Amino acid sequence: MYRQTEILQDATQVSPLNGGGDLEGAGDLIINVGPQHPSTHGVLHLVITLNGETIKKVEPHLGYIHRSIEKMCESLTFRQFIYVTSKMDYLSSHINNHGCCLCVEKGLQIEVPERAQVIRVLMDELTRLASHQLWWGALGMDVGALTPFFHAFRERELINDIFEETCGTRLTMNYMVPGGVMADLHPNFQRRVHEFIKQFKLKIDEYDELLTDNIIFKNRMQGVGVLSAADAVSYGCTGPVARGSNVVCDIRKLYPYEVYNKLQFDEVIETGGDCYARYMVRMKEMRQSLSIIEQLIDQVPEGEFQAKTKAVLKLPKGEYYSRVETARGEFGVYIVSEGGTTPYRIKFRSPGFSNLSALDHMARGGKIGDLIAIMGSLDLVIPDIDR
Amino acid sequence: MPSLENITDDLDVWLYQQFGATATFLIESVLIALLAIGLFSILGLVLIMMERKVSAYMQVRLGPNRVGPKGMFQTVADTLKLIVKEGMTPDGADKFLFNLAPFIVMIIAMVILAPLAFSKGFQIWDINIGVLFITAVSSVSVIGILMAGWASNNKYSLLGAMRSGAQIVSYELSAGLSVIAIVVLTGSLRISDIVASQENGWWLFKGHIPVLIAFVIFIIAITAETNRAPFDLAEAESELTAGFHTEYSGMKFALFFLAEYVNIFIVCAVGATLFLGGWMPLHFGSNTQFNHVMDYIPGIVWFMGKTFFLIFVIMWFRWTFPRLRIDQLLNLEWKYLLPISLFNLLLVTLMAIMGWHF
Repeated sequence: MYRQTEILQDATQVSPLNGGGDLEGAGDLIINVGPQHPSTHGVLHLVITLNGETIKKVEPHLGYIHRSIEKMCESLTFRQFIYVTSKMDYLSSHINNHGCCLCVEKGLQIEVPERAQVIRVLMDELTRLASHQLWWGALGMDVGALTPFFHAFRERELINDIFEETCGTRLTMNYMVPGGVMADLHPNFQRRVHEFIKQFKLKIDEYDELLTDNIIFKNRMQGVGVLSAADAVSYGCTGPVARGSNVVCDIRKLYPYEVYNKLQFDEVIETGGDCYARYMVRMKEMRQSLSIIEQLIDQVPEGEFQAKTKAVLKLPKGEYYSRVETARGEFGVYIVSEGGTTPYRIKFRSPGFSNLSALDHMARGGKIGDLIAIMGSLDLVIPDIDR
Repeated sequence: MPSLENITDDLDVWLYQQFGATATFLIESVLIALLAIGLFSILGLVLIMMERKVSAYMQVRLGPNRVGPKGMFQTVADTLKLIVKEGMTPDGADKFLFNLAPFIVMIIAMVILAPLAFSKGFQIWDINIGVLFITAVSSVSVIGILMAGWASNNKYSLLGAMRSGAQIVSYELSAGLSVIAIVVLTGSLRISDIVASQENGWWLFKGHIPVLIAFVIFIIAITAETNRAPFDLAEAESELTAGFHTEYSGMKFALFFLAEYVNIFIVCAVGATLFLGGWMPLHFGSNTQFNHVMDYIPGIVWFMGKTFFLIFVIMWFRWTFPRLRIDQLLNLEWKYLLPISLFNLLLVTLMAIMGWHF
């Protein structure tokens, strides 16, 4: 399925700027976008081949922030390795931890108390909201509107405050333990969440007024970076990127975990496949997350917030896989255990990596501005891609 | 009542009596140059501060508030920092052109100042082709930008410069045509005549819908010409890092930065002169009492007030709109603005011939 790519010519030979020009592909301009660039949102390095302003090829180069997290996890116990995953997709750190906990619980067959399940889902959805808010602001910056970033952060700050109170941390919360959550909810939690819901419901309409219906924004997004459903599947795209291309892939609906099967929410599907469809998926997802939080916030059941587990966890010999829906798509955790206290081998399936692989396909034939808009609509988090 | 006109006239007469014609001309030239440079530095400080505060309040934050009262000296501090910073020239750059470019951009901005009328009789050079002079000279600034982009030997700079070239050359047309609309109505290219023709009402009010259309097109075109968002494709920091001035640092960067703001001031001043009556106070037909009160406000206040209102509008654009893509930008000009302004010019001409304006 992946298109045959030509071998990259040496930039010094073919660039007309450097006196070249006789070779094949003369007139092409090869530009390094990144690793330090305002809109790669991290240390992503793209080598783009341009003809004038039109993009002929995009080649992502990875590895600038590779920390070998998977290898690191092999020397950490089943209690410890969970928290390393916070540093992968730092915007969905709680959901990453969630996936790992689900995998360990599956292996040990731990029954998670219902209160813990509800708390986990609440935190998941708050994390998703915070992540989408940041994406919304960053996308605005990518297409040249600087104001949305600050407006998004105003609401995101409220979520971070809620996290800070209950979890002790604002970004990488490390709130999960196998069998439940680390600590009980803060007494202020419900009041704070209600305040947040009240404010965010007003402000999300403001978001729409500021960006969604803006004619320039629509022109920049509609029909740009079209990804067909077949392509989305073949590139392994998940999350809002795939759902924008009319692919049903919400793990919360397809393989429900925790209390998701008891909740009323819709899987947001858009048919356009362009940047605007991906944008609308996330905007509608924010409202869905808000509705999930509203359903749960007054229904947190009484009881234990943590199941009783052994101090040292030993997964029985075997292979375990679990998946969760992060803000960016499907996050899979695959553990091979030899029966010891540490995983024998661990593999994470990160949504960002697959989504990034579709970038070249989408950006070809577009302009530089399109490439930036597409990257914004993919919602890339580079540590998630490199691990 | 002492006015700026009296002051300049008295000074001229006094200098003439003291030193004779040649020396008077020389002294006045030096004085004007000093005034222009002073105005530029003050404008730089004020406009950058204004931009920061406007953006801050639109972005639910406070903006600079540490240096001096209410952060007013923040720009001074920044300028000091830029002055003492090393002025780097990249190895592969064309050193002569690279260092020349910021000065060209700056000098062009200074030259356009000449025919602007700040108040009654307070004008450097009341040339009889004032409007033409402004349009002609302002299109030269693209050379400085192209020079900067080419000489930097940086692909981002080159792309930014090329974008800027395409953009400014295209939008000159619309800006020019909407300016011509006023010239047609006034029958003169002289700035003082244009201002005088608005004594009983500004063209924006007198000229019916065609002038309103011309005004809107003019605002769009000048926003594009000064490379401001949503037309800031030449810099486009999320695409081209900083576009044509990627490689510039220190005072050379500051000159580009200052020139941008001075250009905004100048185009807004031109807009205020042509459409909003320049230094003319707001008059309502035969309401003499109201007109009398308005007359007490000095012309310079009217002029600056109108100009700064337009500047605020342009800043408002910047902090609200996303950026256009290069092909959309050119489509907007060639497919929409240019045909509309051409047709609009016909309407205005018809209106002027038939005398349908007030």
